[in-house]
Amino acid sequence: MIQLLKAIGAWLDARVQLGSTLAEVAEHPVPRSSASWWYVFGSATLVVFILQVVTGICLATVYTPAADRAWDSLIYLNYQQPLGWYLRALHGWGSNFMVALMFIHLAQVFLFGAYKFPRELTWVAGCVLLLATLGMAFTGQVLRFDQNAYWGLGIGASIAGRFPFVGFKIVRLLLGGPIIAGETLSRFFALHVFVIPALLMAFVGLHLFLVLRLGINEWPMPGRIVRRDTYLQQYQDMVHADGEPFFPFAAQKDLVFAGLIIASLLIVAAVAGPIGPNGQPDPTIIQTVPRPDFFFLWLFSLFALLPPWTETFLMLVGPPVVIGILFVVPFISGTGEKSWRRRPISVVILLLVFTMIGTLTWLGTFSPWSPVMDAWSSAPTPIDYVKGRSPLELQGALLIQSKQCRNCHALGGEGGLRGPALDATATRLTRDQIVRQIIQGGGNMPAYGKNLSPAEVNAIVAFLVTMHPRGEPPARNSAKSATSF
Amino acid sequence: MDQSAEKTSRRTFLFRLGIVINAIAATVFAIPILGYVLSPARRFTWLDWIPLGLLIDVPENQTRLAKYVNPFKKPWDGETDKIPCWVRRMDGDKFQVFAINCTHLGCPVRWFQESALFMCPCHGGVFYADGRHASGPPPRALYQYKYKVEAGQLWVRAGEMPTLGKPEV
Repeated sequence: MIQLLKAIGAWLDARVQLGSTLAEVAEHPVPRSSASWWYVFGSATLVVFILQVVTGICLATVYTPAADRAWDSLIYLNYQQPLGWYLRALHGWGSNFMVALMFIHLAQVFLFGAYKFPRELTWVAGCVLLLATLGMAFTGQVLRFDQNAYWGLGIGASIAGRFPFVGFKIVRLLLGGPIIAGETLSRFFALHVFVIPALLMAFVGLHLFLVLRLGINEWPMPGRIVRRDTYLQQYQDMVHADGEPFFPFAAQKDLVFAGLIIASLLIVAAVAGPIGPNGQPDPTIIQTVPRPDFFFLWLFSLFALLPPWTETFLMLVGPPVVIGILFVVPFISGTGEKSWRRRPISVVILLLVFTMIGTLTWLGTFSPWSPVMDAWSSAPTPIDYVKGRSPLELQGALLIQSKQCRNCHALGGEGGLRGPALDATATRLTRDQIVRQIIQGGGNMPAYGKNLSPAEVNAIVAFLVTMHPRGEPPARNSAKSATSF
Repeated sequence: MDQSAEKTSRRTFLFRLGIVINAIAATVFAIPILGYVLSPARRFTWLDWIPLGLLIDVPENQTRLAKYVNPFKKPWDGETDKIPCWVRRMDGDKFQVFAINCTHLGCPVRWFQESALFMCPCHGGVFYADGRHASGPPPRALYQYKYKVEAGQLWVRAGEMPTLGKPEV
């Protein structure tokens, strides 16, 4: 049997003549120092991408990319198609895994100075892969055609609409028409399954080709400076003096890590199940709180927290500038030190970016800037706040519920976080200040002067002036008390 | 010698001819492709008069959710061709018809009758009953549709999702 296989192999190789090339690729020498557990993230990203292609093709055999059927076909996949739920889970969580691994790979490459001479174009190809992967994540979220997808498209269109002069034309191109509808989904389907995957495959090929041609980056040593005139020779010497064949010496760690990643993906998908879809993409169901997928939450937060007057400018100019900077990193610092121990500014930049994205993502998970739309009708008034209150004060407590104050103001830890919690209002504002704040608004609070009768304002204020912890006196107007003394 | 020079020039001529022919072919080929892909942007306007319902559906001094079917719908649009909007009746035949989309990033604003405010669930935009900006990040008041009253019916001129790039729906 083995004899036969060997004979077939030899017959094929005599005609295709790929054997020696493949062996050369597999056994090309790599620096001993680069066979490290730090160097496994790129190959793991590629492995997850291949899994995404496999599960994606499977899903495409059932998923129906038409606006009137897409949601139904997702529900069918989840509940009726045998193992449909699991393939959807693998594809959805696979996308999370892929984005996460890609960012870890990016951080590692940046920290290890792997983008420096002569590997500038490897980095540039990697940046294209980064954009294409995020493009897959966004278009994939649209194909999960539910309420979040619908309003996510609305957000995308509203950003595009801010372009001066041609904004509405870009919106129409994005949506494939005047509104989010059938042609919008079809456009995003074409992007998600044809255009961007083709781009990804082409650039994965280029990325790998460059890694093989230029050799994998050696472990950076402080003091080993990259110079354009000497580096190539140094690298050759290093590889010949102290190199090992890529397969199996370095590849074994890639293999082990990729195997672990596949195993964890299989487990996570089985435990957590498919992601969505949530409600039907019916725009007339407005009882919805649209949120993007995890990896775009930081952008969602940013749009809430940027000062409004900077927003249009930053939305339109920010992304090209940030992406542009990313692309030119190797042309700004293409030589010099590779070790993170000698590159404090790079380390600080990386830490700042990750802290910023992490913080914004964390804020996005509970979005304190959004009113809690049902707090007024669902959050109870703490018993302590109504005990022993006068009828007028109790009426004020009721008005705080019925006038939706709780949507933005918390009581006893429940309610919106948009405005300050009302639990200790009286320690911060005097009676007069509370009246003024309610009637005139300000500091991001709407003015309620027209929507409340004087009697209602009176009741609310009567309640709020009781809101101070026992033993802590209410705020008072020092000027007033001085004159009356 | 002469012969080989002639051969070379014929070869280069053919090669150049090949490039020219392909450049022309590619350009001609690109015209229908671009025309096809860019067609949604080429149309000048996507607006039409749409009946929104009877006047008696909205009492005076009230704001109600109304729905219409987009006039440029496709058979496979499903539910996405149904568009909601807020109708505010002031007195008599005086109305304001607001688009559902928040002027910040297009999320659906919700009307709260008790506090007479529109609130947005995404980034906390708030608008007064007449559509004016009350708080939060939105850069302008709610978008309004043009309307007319005919034979006891309220009509709006609509058809395109309003954005800051085309607010005059």
